[in-house]
This record gives sequence, C-alpha cells and structure tokens, in this order.
Amino acid sequence: MTLLQPQPRGIPVPRPSVHSEKYWEGSRQHQLLYQRCAACGHIGLRAFTVCARCLATSPVWERSTGAGALYSWTVVWRPPDPSFKVPYAPAVVRLDEGVWMLSAVIGCEPGELHDGMRLAVQFHAISEEITLPYFAPPGR
Amino acid sequence: MPPHPFRNVAVVGVHNTAQARHLAGHDSASIALLGALGALADAGISPHDVDGVVGPASAEIALELGLGPCTRRPSALGIPSVLDAAALIATGQCDVVVVAAGGAGIHIDPSTTAPWTRPTNELVVGFGLFTAAEFALMARRHMLTYGTTPEQLAAVAATIRTNGHVNPEAVYYGRGPFSVDDILASRMIADPFHLLDCATTSEGGCGIVLVSAERTIDSPSPLWILGGASDSFGPAYAVAPVWDFRPQPDADTAGRVGARAARRAFSMAGLTPADVDVAELYDPFSFEVIRQLETFGFCGDGEGGSFVEDGNIGPNGSLPVTTDGGTMSFSHPGINAQQLQRVVRAAQQLRGSCLTNQVEEAEVSLCSNGGAGALFCDVILLGRERP
Ligand SMILES: [Zn+2]
Repeated sequence: MTLLQPQPRGIPVPRPSVHSEKYWEGSRQHQLLYQRCAACGHIGLRAFTVCARCLATSPVWERSTGAGALYSWTVVWRPPDPSFKVPYAPAVVRLDEGVWMLSAVIGCEPGELHDGMRLAVQFHAISEEITLPYFAPPGR
Repeated sequence: MPPHPFRNVAVVGVHNTAQARHLAGHDSASIALLGALGALADAGISPHDVDGVVGPASAEIALELGLGPCTRRPSALGIPSVLDAAALIATGQCDVVVVAAGGAGIHIDPSTTAPWTRPTNELVVGFGLFTAAEFALMARRHMLTYGTTPEQLAAVAATIRTNGHVNPEAVYYGRGPFSVDDILASRMIADPFHLLDCATTSEGGCGIVLVSAERTIDSPSPLWILGGASDSFGPAYAVAPVWDFRPQPDADTAGRVGARAARRAFSMAGLTPADVDVAELYDPFSFEVIRQLETFGFCGDGEGGSFVEDGNIGPNGSLPVTTDGGTMSFSHPGINAQQLQRVVRAAQQLRGSCLTNQVEEAEVSLCSNGGAGALFCDVILLGRERP
C-alpha cells in the first residue's frame, strides 16, 4: 500500500507574481481560479495579459468546479530536493472547463492512475501564504 | 537560386576539454575558456585572430584572451549559438568566431538533483517537478497514444550508454555494455524513466571555431552548415508540459516541437532525412530520442519505438545515433556545453576522426538540442560538401 499524499510543509514554496496573486489568493480560500479571455473565451496555460488567440487584453478570472480528468502523470521516486516525500505523482489534469492544470494526484495508489481518470481538486496548505491545489479521485 | 546563406561560413575547429564528474580548480568560465582555446588550436588559428566570441562566458573569454574590441554574444543555447556565430560571419560582422561553453563547480549538493534540473517557477515548484518529471509527462502521452513501451525507451538508453562505454573520452567509459534489461533493472526515478533512462551530470567544456570561407585555405577539412532552425513554444519548466497543446487551432502540437525546425533545416540544405548518415541527437531522457526520430521525419508518428527496437540507431544501424554516449554517458556539464557537444561530435564524425563508433564515409550529420519536456528543440545539419 503506497497511498499518494500531499507534501508536508518544508518543500520549496511558490512565489506569486503580480499576474498570479489572484490565483494564489483563490487557492488559499479553496477556490480554483483560472483566466479566460472575455472576448473569445480562450484559456491559456497560465495567467496572461494578451489573449494568444484574438489578442484582446481583457482576461477575466473564473472559478472552476475543480472537476477534471487525468491527462498525463509520472510517479517520482527520486525527488529534486530531499524535502519532498516520495512517491508522489506530478500530473497534468484537464479540467472540465478546458484548463490544462499542472498538479499532483493524491488519495490513491500509483497503480490506480490511468488515462481519463476522474479527479476533483483538493486544497492543502504548504505555508501560511501558499495553498496548493492537488487532485484526488472524487470522494477520497 | 540565391546562394546558400551559410556558403561563406566554415567550421574549422572543435574541441572537448577533459570531461569528468568533477574537475578540480575550475569554474564554468575557466573550463569554457579551455574549450575555446582547444578549438582554436584544433583549427590552427591564433586566439588573437578571433573577432567574435559566442556563449555564456563570452565576456570573460574576451577579457582573458585580450580580444577587445570584439563582438560578444552571451548566448545560453547550443545550436542557436552556432547559428548566431554563422550569421555573424555571413553578414560580415566577424571573420573568426569561437563558440564556447562549459560547466564546473555548479552541482555541489549531492542530496539534490543538478540545479539546472530544478526550476523554481511558481506553477511547478510546489509539485516537485524537475526535468525528469517534465519529460516523463510528455513520454506518458506518447505511451498512451501509440503503445510505446518501457522496453523501447530502454533500447535507446542501452544503445547510447553502450556508445559511451566504448568511448575512452566519456565520463562513464567502461561502465557497460548495457542491455535493455540493465536499464529496466535500475531504480525508478520518475516513471517511466529509470535511473539509466536519464542524463548524468558532470563537468567539462567545449568549443567550436567558425571562419569566413576565405580563411579555409589553411584548413585541411573544413565543414559546412547546410541548414539549421529552432522551435520554441515558450519558457521551459514554467507551465504544464502538454503534448497536445496548440497555441493556435491550426498550429502543430507541443509534442512535435522541432518538426518545423527540421523542415526548415532540411529545406535550407536541400536534403531529406534519408540523406543523413549519422544523427547526434540530444538525449536528456531516453524517450526524447524516440520523439525526435518521429518529429524530424526519420520514421512516422508512433513508429519511433519499433524503429529503435529494431536496432536502427546502433553504431552499425541504418541511422547511428548519439555516437559518443551523449548526455547519458559522455558528459552533461550543463550551462549549454552538453548541447554544443552534439555539434562537436558531428564534426568529428564528418572528419572521420572519432576514436570509436566512426560512421564510414559520413557526409551529412544532423544534430539536435532541447526536447518536448522543455518546449524547445533546435536542429542543425552539417556536411562535408560546401553548399
Ligand atoms: Zn481572446
């Protein structure tokens, strides 16, 4: 039994930028936020100032339901830094709204991970300021 | 037809310094300087004839060798820095350019992976991403889509590591030979990558000298840049590495980064993949070689796994790949040197001067840098015949 779990405090902590402050603020309040172009609806890989598709400069923050499907994953046994507890499972999750999220899967065993696996966001704080959005099978 | 853009640019000197796990008494600038001096000695050109220096240590090299006033380009990329050097000559800005890079004294904490593998970008750092995991997220999609297997990945690692095993200049000389089972038996790092599917880390430097064609009278075997180009989708290790990401509805996917670069490079050269005699591919992780073989057109999409499993990339195969042992076995000093070293090896192949795994009568070599996990990929074609 190797249950994938959120990381303990002590791992390197993300430093928000002026563009992402709102995203991290949402995460702290257990809300998964993403940006969408108000003009054409396009969603980027991260917060943006100009829409890559229609070039409008009107991104708006939206709240995701936090539901999505597993798109790709790895299981790490040799961490980049000893503060990470192994194994852990970095993953790309495709949110139902169409957002590509980089995260990690928790709440299941590595052997359960499969393409299209349904997942739901789960928030875990790693510092006073930063809460990370993890993903787990719904109900776990 | 207009003349080839690099018709008046020749590669006349290449050099690798000693490569080792640790090179005492060196930092990145000093080992890059030795790479530059070695390449100039190989070219038979006095350092004082240099009027352009390209690479991360270019300013230090200009000062150390007293080259001022000279052109300086602090390029931190491998193949693009060679193409930049070629452009400096082709446009008449310089006559003798040395490209150099080296890494030493950087990876000093053994409890961590090498610093250049640990991005601190806000969207990745908290999830423990590092280069192996980033590339694994790309490899997984290929395995799901095409049925590519861990054994096929291991076939790449076994081939390249065995190339290094026989190369006395490789940091991991004599450590093999390696079978597919050896790779699969090594401990898991970031599934599907075992330890031996991953690049090593080491220290070393290298240099490449380019001159205007008039100066090749002194050179016994000038080589020529037949084509080159670069692809990028954005910053490496800052956003999710998504195989199917398309910036525009009709754009190629991030998983095929390098396809456009290869098309442009082959077009500039007037060649096709079938013309390539040896491919010095960048090998940060075993899967990346399979991906590049497909992306550059050496085989079809999804066929890379069987292509490598069928022995095509071995030293006696239809397309020998990464013949010095690459970043997996030859050396991986970071700071760009390991990317330039693909070009150094290609030049050695075309001159017929390789100590091991020399490809007979090699006329054309393709080199690559980067990879899908880093969202960039560069391609250069070198040849013996002036374009
Ligand atoms: Zn838009």
